[in-house]
Amino acid sequence: MASTAAVVHEPALEHAHADDRPFIRKYIFSTDHKIIGIQFLLMSLFFLLIGGMLAMVIRWQLGFPGRAMPGGGVLPETMAPGGIVLPEFYNSLVTMHGTFMVFFAIMPLLVGVFGNYLIPLKIGAPDMAFPRINMASFWIAVPAGLIMLAGFFVEGGHAAAGWTGYAPLSANPELTGVSLGQQLWCVSLIILGLSSIMGSFNYITTIINMRAPGMIWFRLPLSIWALFITAILVLLAMPILSGALIMLLFDQTLGTHFFLPAQGGQPLLWQHLFWFFGHPEVYILILPAMGMVSDIIANGSRKPIFGYTSMVLAIIAIGALGWGVWGHHMFMSGMNPTLGTGFMISTLLISVPSAIKTFNWMGTMWGGNIRFHVPMLHAVAFVSMFVIGGLSGVFMATTPVDIYIHDTYFIVAHLHYVLFGGSLFAIFAAVTFWYPKMFGRLMNPLWGKVHFWLTFIFFNAVFFPMHGLGAQGHMRRIYDPTEYEFLAPLQGVNRMITISAFLLFTAQIIFLVNFIAGWFKGAKAGPNPWQDNGLEWATPSPPPHGNFPVTPHVYRGPYEFSSPLAVDDDYLPQSRKLETDREPAVLPAGD
Amino acid sequence: MSWLLPPHASSYAADIDWLYYLILIITGIAFLVVQIGLVWFIIKYRARPNGKALYTHGFAKAEWIWTSVTAVVVVVIGLLSAGVWDRIKGRDSIPPGAIPIGIHGKQFEWHISYPGADGQLGTGDDLSIRNQLHLPLNKPVVATLTSEDAIHSFFIPAFRIKQDAVPGMTIRVWFQPTDTGTFELACAELCGLGHYRMRAVVTVHAEAEYQRWLDERGRAAAASPTALLQR
Repeated sequence: MASTAAVVHEPALEHAHADDRPFIRKYIFSTDHKIIGIQFLLMSLFFLLIGGMLAMVIRWQLGFPGRAMPGGGVLPETMAPGGIVLPEFYNSLVTMHGTFMVFFAIMPLLVGVFGNYLIPLKIGAPDMAFPRINMASFWIAVPAGLIMLAGFFVEGGHAAAGWTGYAPLSANPELTGVSLGQQLWCVSLIILGLSSIMGSFNYITTIINMRAPGMIWFRLPLSIWALFITAILVLLAMPILSGALIMLLFDQTLGTHFFLPAQGGQPLLWQHLFWFFGHPEVYILILPAMGMVSDIIANGSRKPIFGYTSMVLAIIAIGALGWGVWGHHMFMSGMNPTLGTGFMISTLLISVPSAIKTFNWMGTMWGGNIRFHVPMLHAVAFVSMFVIGGLSGVFMATTPVDIYIHDTYFIVAHLHYVLFGGSLFAIFAAVTFWYPKMFGRLMNPLWGKVHFWLTFIFFNAVFFPMHGLGAQGHMRRIYDPTEYEFLAPLQGVNRMITISAFLLFTAQIIFLVNFIAGWFKGAKAGPNPWQDNGLEWATPSPPPHGNFPVTPHVYRGPYEFSSPLAVDDDYLPQSRKLETDREPAVLPAGD
Repeated sequence: MSWLLPPHASSYAADIDWLYYLILIITGIAFLVVQIGLVWFIIKYRARPNGKALYTHGFAKAEWIWTSVTAVVVVVIGLLSAGVWDRIKGRDSIPPGAIPIGIHGKQFEWHISYPGADGQLGTGDDLSIRNQLHLPLNKPVVATLTSEDAIHSFFIPAFRIKQDAVPGMTIRVWFQPTDTGTFELACAELCGLGHYRMRAVVTVHAEAEYQRWLDERGRAAAASPTALLQR
C-alpha cells in the first residue's frame, strides 16, 4: 500500500541501483514524478514563451496603434494584413495571452512542476501515491495545449471574449464572429481541468499518507504546506470551472441558453460560476509561490523562518477566505450592491494573512547572514513586488474606488504585480534553486544575475506606470487608445511601456539560453549546492528512480539554519541524526 | 506618470477621490515601510566572512502587533467605504426627482433616450439620440441601463461613474454633473471587435440651455422621427 511504501527500504534500494527501463518508459511515458515535473517544466516554459510573444503584439498595437508591426508581415491576412493588427485579432490576443499565461504557464509551472517535483522529495517518499494517474495528468495536459494552440488556425479566429470568457459574448457566436475558436477554448480548458484534478488528489493523498518517519505536519516545509492547501483548492475549484465551461459549450453548440438572456438565461450566472472558481484560482497561482519563496528566503538568510506556525495558519486562512471573495470581481456587474459591501469586507480581510506573510519574510531576513545567490535575489524581489500587488489590491477591494478604476489599467498593473512580480519571480527563484537538483548541474550564476536585474528593472518600467494610466481612467482591453480624447495625452506613456516590454521580453532570452546551456555545460552541482536542510538535498543530484537509497528519517523542522546544535556548519539537515535525537516512530503521524 | 486623479465633475466624485487618496497615503506608508525595510536588511545583514545569523524562530508579540494593526486599518477603510458606496450605488440611493434617461448599449454605440414633455421614459414622446448624452447642470440624473447584445459598461471617467449594462437586466444608476462642458463616455467592458470605439460625447448644459436643447431636438424629431437616429 502507498502508506507503507515509504518505509520499506529494500525495493527503494533496488530501484535506485538497477534502473533498466527502456528510454520511452523512462523519459516519455514515465511514471517517475521527477520526470513528469520536468516534462511539465518544458511544456509550461514553452507556453510562457507563447504568452510572452502574444503580449509583444498587444504592446506593439497599444504603443503604435495602426502602424505595421516589424516582422508582422508573416502573420496571415485574417490577423494582421500588412503587419497591421486587426481589432478582432487584438481581442483574440488579449484573450489568449491571459488564457495561456494563467492556465498553461503560471499554473502548471507552480502546481504541475513543483507540486510534482518537490512533494515526494521533500516529504521523503519514493514517488507519488498514484504514479500512473500522475503520468496521465501530464499526457492529458499536452493535447489540451495543442487544442488551445489550434484555435489560432481555425476559421473565424481564436476565442475573443477575454480570458474570463464573459457571456453572452462568449456564448453567442454572432456577437464576435468566432465560433470554432471559442469552442476549442472551452474543450481545451475542460481537458486541462481534468489534468489538474488528477494532479491535485495525487498531491493530497501523497502528502497525507507518504511522509517519511518523523515528518510530522509541523515539520513540513512551507512549500509543501502551500502545495497541500493549493491542491485542495484545485480539487474543489476546477470542477466548478469545468461545469461552467460545459454549460457554455452547450450554449454554443446544442442551443441551450444557460447564459443567453433572450431565451431566459442569465449572463451573471457565468460570472458567478467563473469567479467562484476564479478567485480560489488566484490563490492557486500565488500560494505555491509564497511557500517556495519562504524556503528560499530562509536558506538565503541562513535563519529559521520567522513565525513558522503563523505562516502555516496564514496559508490556511488565505485558502479558506479565498472562497468568500469572488464577488469583488463583480462590483460593477449589476449584482446587488449590498452584497458588494459584504465582498468588500471579506476581501479586505485577506490583507491580514498576506501582511502576516510579508512581515514574517522580513522577520526572517532581519538578523540574517544573507547570501545573495540568484534564487535569493528573485525571492526578495518577489516579496518587494508582491507587496506592491497586494497594496494596489486595496484600491480595487474598496467598492467606491473600484467604481472608477474597475476595468482600467490599474487592475492590469495590479494583476501583473501579483502574477509576474509575484508568481513569476517566485518561479524564477524556484527554477534556479531546484535546477541543480533536477539536472545535476548549476545554471550560470553571473548570467543569472544579469537576467535578474534586467527583468526586475524592465518589469517595473512596464507595469508601474500602468497604475498611472489607470488613475487617468485608461480602459483595459481597448484596441486603440487614441480613439479617446482624454487618453491622447497618455500615448507617450503607452509607447514607453511598449519599448520597456520589448526589452523585458528580450531579457528572457538570457534565461532561456542559461537554462539550456546549464543542462549540458553547467558546473556539477553535487547533492547540496545551497547548503539546505530539506530532504531532497540529502540524496544525489539528480535523485535516482525511487529518490532515496534508504528512506530518510526526519529529526527536526526544515529551517534549522544557524542552529547552535550545528557545530561546523550553519545548517542542520532534517535527516541528520544528532546524538540527542530520538528515532521517530516508523509509521508517519496521521496513520 | 501621475498617481493624481484627473479633474472631476460630479457630486459624489470628491468622495471617491478622497477615499482614493486616503488609501494612497495608507498603502504608500506600508509600501515605504516594507521597501525601505527590505533594502535596509539587504545592506545590514548581507553575508560577511564568519558572519553568524541570529538563531530565532520569531516572536509571538511581533506577530500580534502586525496582525492587529493590519486588521484595524483594513476594517476602518472598509467602514469608511461602505457609507460612500451606499450613497452612490445603494438600492435607495437614487435622489427623488432625478431626471430619467435611458441608456441602451448596442454593439458598438449608445442609444440614449430622453423623456418628452411628460417627464417619463417609455412613453410615446421620448426622444432618442445616438452617442450623445446631454445633461443639465447640478440636477440628479438617473440612467436606466440596458443592453441589446453583449455586456457593455457605462463609464464616464470625469463623473467617476461606472456601471455594467447587462442584456436581460435593467440597472439604474444615478449621478449629478457639477461642471458644464463636454466629457467622454466610454464602454469599459470588452463587448466585441468595435469595443474600443464605443464612445459617446457627454455635454453638460446650464439648466435653461438644456431645456432649450431638449425642446429643439424634440421639435426636430417630431418633424422627422427617423432623422436623428440616422445621423
